[in-house]
Amino acid sequence: MSTISRDEVARVAALARIDLRDDEVDRLAGELDVIVDSIARVREVATPDVPATSHPLPLTNVFREDVPQPALPVADVLASAPDAQDGRFAVPQILGEE
Amino acid sequence: MTTTTHGTPALVAYDDAVRRYDPVIGIEVHVELGTRTKMFCAAEQSFGAEPNTQTTPVSLGLPGALPVVNGTAVEYAIRIGLALNCQIAETCRFARKNYFYPDVPKNFQTSQYDEPIAFEGFLDVELEDGTVHRVEIERAHMEEDAGKNTHVGGSAGRIHGAEYSLVDYNRAGVPLVEIVTKPITGAGERAPEVARAYVQALRDIFRVLDVSEARMERGNVRADVNLSLRPTPESPLGTRTETKNVNSFRSVERAVRYEVSRQAAILDAGGTVIQETRHFHEEDGSTSPGRVKSDAEDYRYFPEPDLVPVAPSREWVEEIRATLPELPQARRRRLHDEWGFADAEMRDVVNAGALDLIEATVAAGATPAAARKWWMGELARRAKQDEVELADLAITPAQIGELQQLVDSGRINDKIARQVLDGVLAGEGDPEAVVAARGLEVVSDDGPLLEAIDAALAAQPDIVEKVRGGNQGPVGAIIGAVMKATRGQADAKRVRELVLERIG
Repeated sequence: MSTISRDEVARVAALARIDLRDDEVDRLAGELDVIVDSIARVREVATPDVPATSHPLPLTNVFREDVPQPALPVADVLASAPDAQDGRFAVPQILGEE
Repeated sequence: MTTTTHGTPALVAYDDAVRRYDPVIGIEVHVELGTRTKMFCAAEQSFGAEPNTQTTPVSLGLPGALPVVNGTAVEYAIRIGLALNCQIAETCRFARKNYFYPDVPKNFQTSQYDEPIAFEGFLDVELEDGTVHRVEIERAHMEEDAGKNTHVGGSAGRIHGAEYSLVDYNRAGVPLVEIVTKPITGAGERAPEVARAYVQALRDIFRVLDVSEARMERGNVRADVNLSLRPTPESPLGTRTETKNVNSFRSVERAVRYEVSRQAAILDAGGTVIQETRHFHEEDGSTSPGRVKSDAEDYRYFPEPDLVPVAPSREWVEEIRATLPELPQARRRRLHDEWGFADAEMRDVVNAGALDLIEATVAAGATPAAARKWWMGELARRAKQDEVELADLAITPAQIGELQQLVDSGRINDKIARQVLDGVLAGEGDPEAVVAARGLEVVSDDGPLLEAIDAALAAQPDIVEKVRGGNQGPVGAIIGAVMKATRGQADAKRVRELVLERIG
């Protein structure tokens, strides 16, 4: 039973800024179906008393002291910029920006 | 139908709009926490640093960088939650809010989604006339700020013919707490005032909690204002708009007013309000459409796998609760009782921003009544005249305390005190120094005073006769002449005593 449509694959790909060819959309729709079906089977055995898990380690409250450490040198920071000006990253203007 | 530049039917006058529609507000306030370092990395955060000098691989979203939560930021978030009468989650987690924008280098903002650290609180907000309106708080959650974009126009830009943006990532990763209200109903025509008073009350709380400098002009506190109209308070909620980044108290009030007038015009014309984000324009107080909600609004939240849950122990929460400072409203009530001012007097003091000044003046030895008299009288007049805030006058509460003590001890009188005030404001030093330098001390040696009295008595023998005859009424004329001769420096009470003695 196919639950993931081609449209849904295309939409999620667009949100994630991934450019997919038509044949890739078809293939991924099938693969995602398998994943969704598998999760559906897990859901059958997961009763409401099983808490949702977002992290496999039994850890909480891992905090850092609020003490500054040296920052990256600006030259290193801007080395990864496609273009830079006045110590800042120069990027294409985003549509709809004021 | 006439339209404005923003494609809106002509506005309905505000008073008319609120007679026929019930406004419902919702406010989201972001506050930047005043921690030394960022939310998830140890880069220092401070206002005004050179661009991109406060970044780490974490705040730049470089591959493999792992975030670690700033414990102080969590404590500040709990402080805020407790001050807003919220419950503090026993456990909560961070989530990724995914979107692509150059000021978010990771391509997601680390935020909280289904498990905020604080929820279900309220804040009682006091309006200028003393009316209290309860604002229900839905949640307060932790997240991080984005970098700062500066738009550069095409003609002047280096990229020929293109418009582009410059990005500074110093602000990326600065800890934020976002506070979201439930729909605020029942404010009616006072909705703009309630919105403003709420944001102002939050700002005051952030400051007294010492969790943020909370300077509006630096963007430490930013508000998004949601507004919808419905025909009656019993009707279901109407479609709302969200006006983003309204960054002053006055603007919050204006944004609400504008949206009420704009939406009323649409509804009057039989139209429907579009659910959208809107931009606020400082120059004319209007709003204009921003992005239309679309697929771009699908943030695909999921739990942040690189961070473990935050589970504040109940002991820690109670420890923080026990160290909360007195909150602004409780302090106002306490001072009101201690000072014994009338309700209206107290409101005037609060609205004039004189509360701290009067408290400090009382601490410097003045009575509350005397402190109020100076700050709300002579000093308020001068502040108004110079168009400055009371607190910005070049005089301190300690100096006013000293001035009042000079008056109380009889060394100067009220009239001279005003001259001393002139001297202090002119930068001539503390009141004592001004009195000494200007030779303003009340004449207490009776010698010169008696000379002046004798001269006055000799000049007005008819009055002397009347007083001798048992009519003390005209004695004021003699006292007046003596005060004039001593340039107001004599103690009028002592003059009266001496005059009556002399006439005998």
